[in-house]
Amino acid sequence: MPIFYESEYNQYFEDALFGNNALKEFQPDIFYIHTTVVNIINFPKSNDSIDDINQLIADELSKYQSIWEALSKYNCAIIQNNFDLPITRTLGNLDCYSPLGKVNFVNKLNEGFSRFAQEIGNLYINDINYLSSYIGLKAWFDEPLWYLSKYALSLEAIPELAFNLSHIINAIFGNSKKCLVLDLDNTCWGGIIGDDGLSGIQIGTETAVAEAFTTFQQYAKNLKDRGVTLAVCSKNNFDNAKEGFDHPESILRFSDFVSFKANWEPKHLNISEIAQEINISNDSLVFIDDNPMEREIVSSQLPSVSVPDVGGDIAHFIKHIERNGYFEVVSLSEEDKKRNAYYKGNEKRLAEQVKFTSYEEFLKSLGMKAIIKPFEDVYLDRITQLSNKTNQFNLTTKRYTTGEITAISSDPDYITLYGKLVDKHGDNGLIAASIGRIREKTCHIDLWLMSCRVLKRGMEQAMLDQFVTICKARGLTEVVGYYFKTKKNEMVSNLYECLGFTLVESNSMKSVWKLDLDQYNAQNIIIGIINE
Amino acid sequence: MNKNEILSVTQEIFRDIFDEDDMLIQDSTNSDDIEEWDSLNHINLVTSIEKEFNIRFALGELVSLKNVGEMLNLIIEKLK
Repeated sequence: MPIFYESEYNQYFEDALFGNNALKEFQPDIFYIHTTVVNIINFPKSNDSIDDINQLIADELSKYQSIWEALSKYNCAIIQNNFDLPITRTLGNLDCYSPLGKVNFVNKLNEGFSRFAQEIGNLYINDINYLSSYIGLKAWFDEPLWYLSKYALSLEAIPELAFNLSHIINAIFGNSKKCLVLDLDNTCWGGIIGDDGLSGIQIGTETAVAEAFTTFQQYAKNLKDRGVTLAVCSKNNFDNAKEGFDHPESILRFSDFVSFKANWEPKHLNISEIAQEINISNDSLVFIDDNPMEREIVSSQLPSVSVPDVGGDIAHFIKHIERNGYFEVVSLSEEDKKRNAYYKGNEKRLAEQVKFTSYEEFLKSLGMKAIIKPFEDVYLDRITQLSNKTNQFNLTTKRYTTGEITAISSDPDYITLYGKLVDKHGDNGLIAASIGRIREKTCHIDLWLMSCRVLKRGMEQAMLDQFVTICKARGLTEVVGYYFKTKKNEMVSNLYECLGFTLVESNSMKSVWKLDLDQYNAQNIIIGIINE
Repeated sequence: MNKNEILSVTQEIFRDIFDEDDMLIQDSTNSDDIEEWDSLNHINLVTSIEKEFNIRFALGELVSLKNVGEMLNLIIEKLK
């Protein structure tokens, strides 16, 4: 069974570039970067010039390049989503060909991703652009779910995504199928060659049914051309069966098959023999037969052979093979050669990229500005709401009603702070709140919470600085912080320690921390405070 | 359906999602009472309830729910 390491919400960029110990110790085999169109922050604006737009594309691509480059030190496969199309197109149909259009922009980014994936040996694209089109954008993206839970795709689309991803992973580990075993009558052609004769079977373009069988043969032929082995397993006289591929309209020829079993033996015995002849294991075989009885026998006797329920209608056979991704490949041999050539050019190209040498430098590049002030009436609802739904960055997990928050906000025995954060990507809104209760010369931190979307940005330090400033102004001498353990707030178990508090007492359920205000030096050097 | 019937159907959904066959819920039950009630399971709950009762919640309605009782009242409202 696979084991997963999951980054915190929206931390993929930071985790990739700056790593963290948990990730390092995890020693991944595969990285999966699940980004979608909602992760694109800077789309073209109406007054952008072509140069501006090209720069936006280059910037967006360079962000992902730096992720892939940083992850290369782990020496493992990287699976990267390309982009699904935006659900709204302000320019209507023009959106796809105006340089200002989002659809156009996304298509260009996807072209860029494809180019990189051709060049970077361990980079694989999870083509959600295709997948979302296949199931339909309407079904793919669920607006309420996005607003409510920041799910980038609908619940219905999640299994589709996972299934698609599993095909790539199978291919990376060499677990894709290798051989397609075909029945003949009503699978490779319409009708029964033993009864209807060569001139009686349906193949070619004369009828709708014949055309569907021809398309199926062409599909099998295409698979063969890209390296899939073909075999036949049919209940027929050998000579009749072979003659079917002499039909002038037949796409497949007898010589296309590496193994050809046409006899009256049970099919599972024939299929076992096919596997032995080609020298592959049963789990590398896919068997296609229009007859449910035959499918049943093979799948019950040879459970490791894949026997999709293709139904009885030739029109749908291809879809079943396709959807199961049996024959997924991550490269064709020609491309492998090109990839090797890439490595030399690669080092230089990557060296030219703009990089951040430290996490601090990256944070500074975000141009963060914060407002950190005592509670104000307009924000009381939002603060109440945060206190009731924040579970992870929440030291005490104390829940408040609007009434309590309102009372506290005007009570002189309390110190309150909210925090709003803006960065170059946009306004994060009100994302932090704390409540301190004053008892004599001490301030007890009853509540301190932050939204996960701004973790590790230096907002913790900025909040504490402000908190301490107010405490000092009120003539207090120490601050006491509490950590009450819950199942969900492990991430802040050592927050107070990291911020320079000293441990007073602890047990398995909680820890109490103390900060001497005289000894405190401001810690925030990243975020600009703009309290007017 | 009266409130008790809705409660019992909803309780089945809770048992199914939290994988606890003898789980009992009441009006005052909220996400603090059930350890596994995180954001992911919340979505599972909401979706299952929507499917079971063939209703759709609007965005604002979900944000303000504080406990099971309020959820049941909202379902009753939707079923009218």
